[in-house]
Amino acid sequence: MDRASVTARLSSRVAIRALVALCWCLLLAGCAATSAQRGTGDLGIVIERADGRVAIVETTARRILAKVEGLGDLSHASAVFSRDGRYAYVFGRDGGLTKVDLLGARIVKRVMQAGNSIGGAISQDGRLVVAQNYDPGGIKVFDAVTLELLAEVPTGSKVVGLVDLPGNRFAYSLFDKGEIWVTDLADPRRPHTRRFPAGMHPYDGLVTPDGRYYLAGLFGEDGVALLDTWQIDKGVRKILENYGRGEEKLPVFKMPHLRGWAIAGRHAYLPAIGRREVLVVDTERWQETRRIPVKGQPVFVMARPDGRQVWVNFAFPDNGWVQVIDTLTGQVVQTLQPGKAILHMEFTPRGEQVWLSARDDHAVVIYDTQTFARLDSLPLQSPSGIFFASRAARIGF
Amino acid sequence: MRLIVLMIVSMLYVMPKAWAEPDIARQRELIHWVRQDCGSCHGLRLTGGLGAPLTPEALRDKPMAGLVATILYGRPGTAMPAWQAFLSEGEAEWIVRQLQQGFPRESR
Ligand code: HEC
Repeated sequence: MDRASVTARLSSRVAIRALVALCWCLLLAGCAATSAQRGTGDLGIVIERADGRVAIVETTARRILAKVEGLGDLSHASAVFSRDGRYAYVFGRDGGLTKVDLLGARIVKRVMQAGNSIGGAISQDGRLVVAQNYDPGGIKVFDAVTLELLAEVPTGSKVVGLVDLPGNRFAYSLFDKGEIWVTDLADPRRPHTRRFPAGMHPYDGLVTPDGRYYLAGLFGEDGVALLDTWQIDKGVRKILENYGRGEEKLPVFKMPHLRGWAIAGRHAYLPAIGRREVLVVDTERWQETRRIPVKGQPVFVMARPDGRQVWVNFAFPDNGWVQVIDTLTGQVVQTLQPGKAILHMEFTPRGEQVWLSARDDHAVVIYDTQTFARLDSLPLQSPSGIFFASRAARIGF
Repeated sequence: MRLIVLMIVSMLYVMPKAWAEPDIARQRELIHWVRQDCGSCHGLRLTGGLGAPLTPEALRDKPMAGLVATILYGRPGTAMPAWQAFLSEGEAEWIVRQLQQGFPRESR
């Protein structure tokens, strides 16, 4: 073989390779384009708690788009979203923190950050993801892009009720120590924390939609601890101190959740722990204005985004029921039986639908909130938390 | 003589209760229930959460009677509620034995 033909052959090989490479580029670009060219405003995730899996769902066509595996122990898992709504940060029970790409339907990054975790929050500027842990107790601060650990605040107690506050601050409660802590992460590597006595065994917390008031429900005593974060020097005030005085408490088979607040208009709707009641509180004077008797002990008490309705689900053994309160009249206007073991509820961004997870029916059921018609049911294995990407834009979510 | 008969009768009366295992259907129910509903505080994998870990390592050396009492009557002053409305003593004992050996997974 002479030299010229060798060169020719080589160059034709190179040409073919180049062509193949070009095809791949086009193909990949095509894939990327189809997945990138959609928003996430109508997307969300559903936790399949027993299988370490999340489903990516779309609320417009009410369908499951994809499943993402490999997230570990997801009992009591929760999620927050990046500020562009593209990524979900999923906090697992086993201390796993997983960043999931909703558009690419894949895990971008996963770290094991604690032995036993319960949830997390994202900062106002979207740059910090913070996990709240049971074991070892404390919070950990991560870079939202890389999940690099930036700081830790050990508490020597289980941490509950972590929320973001304006100004890259975070408020949380110490179950074992009965305190509320507020950590300023203006300099993420140098957290600055203030501590306030709160009361016996705070079990969860919430922040009002404006980011001003932090409330921690107390398990060890009647009452709710209230911190005005605009006037933080005034410290914690106890409200609703005698909502159950003199009455025998029912055994609490499941801790209520405060997060996912129900603040509708000027009133807050809170689960009464150990009672079959929802407490209505005036958020200007922070006084109880009413009690609404309901079917069981409330777990989630959630306001439809417009505040006209409040939906309530219940602890075992009443967890097959859901009730709807009309906030204008303060009356229960609907009692539904959506399925077995209703664990969580999530409204679409403007509230025309609500999605409910029916754990023991292995389904997420979808209701029209105006007519209460059942619209759909999606098959999912042991579903628990439902989190829509619209949470990205809400303080305290 | 009468006393002996009485003793035997009462033993027969007591024994099946103490020894009876829940039947298979009930066992499945209990496994699901413990994993899912006790799991809301103790974790699906029972490795602990708000409630203490219920793993064999954590429970192996603790006396049966105390653990059964904890399940049936709860622990006042803590978040552990009483479950006696939903469980017999025999069932609570069965649960503790399973926990101490490594709790069965749910079959699907
Ligand atoms: C509402 C939360 C909650 C639920 C639900 C719950 N537990 Fe507990 N459990 C606790 C807490 C908290 C403790 C620790 C009590 C203490 O500090 O002594 C505990 C302790 C225990 C213990 C004693 C552990 C030890 O090491 O001594 C056992 C056994 C137990 N639970 C079994 C169960 C079973 C079985 C169920 C379901 C039928 C259940 N628990 C449901 C909160 C709960």
